[in-house]
Amino acid sequence: MATKVVMAQLSPTMEEGKLLEWKVAEGDRVEASDLLAEIETDKANMDIEALGGGVVLKILVEEGQTVPVGALIGIIGEEGEDISALLEEAAAAASVASGAVEPGFPEEADAVVPPAPPEAPPPAAPVPPVVEPPHSKAGESSVTGTVKASPVARRMADDAGLRVSDIQGSGPGGRVVKRDVEAAIAAGGTVARATEPSGGAAVAHAGAPSGPRRLADETLEPSQMRKAIARRLVTSIGPVPHFFLTTEIDMGRALELRKALNARLTGGKIGVNDVLVKVAAEALARHPEINASWEGDTIRRHGSVDIGIAVAIEDGLITPVLRAADRKGLLEISTEASELIGRAREKRLLPEEYQGATFSVSNLGMFDIDQFTAIINPPEAAILAVGGTIEKPVVVDGEIEVRPRMRVTMSCDHRVIDGATGARFLETFKAMLENPLELVL
Amino acid sequence: MAVITYRDALNRALREEMRRDDRVFIMGEEVGEYDGAYKVTKGLLDEFGEMRVRDTPIAENGFAGLGVGAAVAGLRPVVEFMTWNFALLAYDAIVNSAAKIRHMSGGQFTVPIVFRGPGGSALQLAAQHSQVPDPWYANIPGLKVCAPATPADAMGLLKTAIRDDDPVVFIEGELLYNVKGEVPDEEHLVPLGVADIKRAGEDVTIVAHSKMLHVALQAAEKLSAEHEVEAEVVDLRSLRPLDLDTYVASVKKTNRAVVVEEGWPVAGIGAQVVDDIQREAFDYLDAPVARVSGLDVPMHYARALEKIIVPDADAVVKAARHVCYLD
Repeated sequence: MATKVVMAQLSPTMEEGKLLEWKVAEGDRVEASDLLAEIETDKANMDIEALGGGVVLKILVEEGQTVPVGALIGIIGEEGEDISALLEEAAAAASVASGAVEPGFPEEADAVVPPAPPEAPPPAAPVPPVVEPPHSKAGESSVTGTVKASPVARRMADDAGLRVSDIQGSGPGGRVVKRDVEAAIAAGGTVARATEPSGGAAVAHAGAPSGPRRLADETLEPSQMRKAIARRLVTSIGPVPHFFLTTEIDMGRALELRKALNARLTGGKIGVNDVLVKVAAEALARHPEINASWEGDTIRRHGSVDIGIAVAIEDGLITPVLRAADRKGLLEISTEASELIGRAREKRLLPEEYQGATFSVSNLGMFDIDQFTAIINPPEAAILAVGGTIEKPVVVDGEIEVRPRMRVTMSCDHRVIDGATGARFLETFKAMLENPLELVL
Repeated sequence: MAVITYRDALNRALREEMRRDDRVFIMGEEVGEYDGAYKVTKGLLDEFGEMRVRDTPIAENGFAGLGVGAAVAGLRPVVEFMTWNFALLAYDAIVNSAAKIRHMSGGQFTVPIVFRGPGGSALQLAAQHSQVPDPWYANIPGLKVCAPATPADAMGLLKTAIRDDDPVVFIEGELLYNVKGEVPDEEHLVPLGVADIKRAGEDVTIVAHSKMLHVALQAAEKLSAEHEVEAEVVDLRSLRPLDLDTYVASVKKTNRAVVVEEGWPVAGIGAQVVDDIQREAFDYLDAPVARVSGLDVPMHYARALEKIIVPDADAVVKAARHVCYLD
């Protein structure tokens, strides 16, 4: 029985994919999870694997060609098998796809469903979806932050205290529809988004009851004053009203700590940034009001401290997420961060590895930047912009000393965080960096 | 309850109203001696005589205008068009006279007239004789518009239309005249502007009227038998005013809707129904509302092409599966 290999939706916003390279040729025999092709998506280069075994009977898309999600790109089956029906189907789909239609759901754009012609077209060959890729993620766009969901699904999720963004959508383009919310409610509200495409490393995330996640998210009713603050400030600067807090930190002891630890390490080295992530995570654990999101009617305090690390890559920027950073040791953070950053630069991150941070750190110290302000990545409520550590004269106990000093600026979402709240967080952050022994407390 | 045809139900309505009120009279081409082109007026000439059952020349604008004058003067005319296609010649009398006089006279005159006749496609009557006039009249303030699908509704609505003080456009289904159904033995009135749920269901609402009601019911049975989908079928019955309360309530229950009509899609009845649904039931929708309509072309004479142009149950089933995310 021949099976289809289709352009998988490898990121929530992916609408089409470019076939970079075929790893197999027509006539090759493949086994389950063999690499079939490398695909360039809007976010990263990713692999498509075979989910079943057989012989590659047909390759329909040439290297370098871009096709919409869901398009047939190849056929796997047994030698000598008749695949003409599948080829016809592919040709028909290609002619339909030329219109402005949603991938995989071509009737969507039609205002009118025409009646069936008198002679119904021959039914498509019975093809089990064995090699179909896993279903797309819920249609979240990281650009707009919106999730595709039907109105009734949204309303039911709201009533049940669920976020549609936490629910796997089964509708066209990953739209969350009524049955998905019903399933999520039936499962006690813990039906998370699909974990990952085949072959990816599992990352505990979004409602998985096990793993390093410590607490459930908490939804707070904002006070009237908080609502007024939110409403007023958005009219001034919006939609995320930023304000900025800057402080200068003496890095002497933190650098000593790092040096001492590295002297004992045989493998990789702990970087300054790893220390900053660790300290930020610890400070966030102590100030949960910063580890939060404004959600329109409510404020969500995240149960997990998931830190996004801004990484500059060719023609852009991506923020791999270090999950549950407050629960991890420096070494673990360092190892995981360097692995994530490495793959980020190769554009090989999986979507769940760069989405859903609760706080971000952006460091431009290596570019000799003293100080800068960063833009918050919604729905996070804050981002920390880190400048370089510079030797400068400062007054210590009445004497002028040369000290390594680092300036950090936190951008805060004023709907969630007030000046004093942010300042208290920075105070903790600074105190911990200046007395890193606090980390062991 | 007697089981009678749609044709006989209309005949009974006319007869009962003419017996009840001697201001009611019938006028049109071949309504008398010939018993009507579709035999709706059968036997009325014999019972009520030439004064009240008037054969007219082939001059639609003339006798429609005459009817409007008679209504203003105090009679209650029922003007039959052999088909609504011919009533295009009388559009001025209906739209510019009948629909406007009450407004333009500041309420001094009402126009209690019924214009009735068959609409929609039949069998190979080609482009000029297969038209669905529903939106042409539903668009006009000052008119009321009915399009019944069953014998009981045809009888009940026609009687109410004759008693109404405003002009009523009464669009019968050319292919419905032989449809049989139960009709109450006692007097039966159906209010204007009230839809009817012809089949209850939980999963999807199918809104239809006239001939398409039967297509919708057929589709609903298929959906139930073959696809485990229970459709609720709403029969609009009146196209002006539309009973949005009924179909909005149904969609709030089912979260999905398919709106079916025989006519063209652009500015069709379904366009109005979909607009009501998206506005009044937005938070209840699980899918964009689907429409099934005739194709946007003049009707073809060829039988094979005619079948493609007019919606059938399979098209409705497909649309229903689509909004239920079963494709």
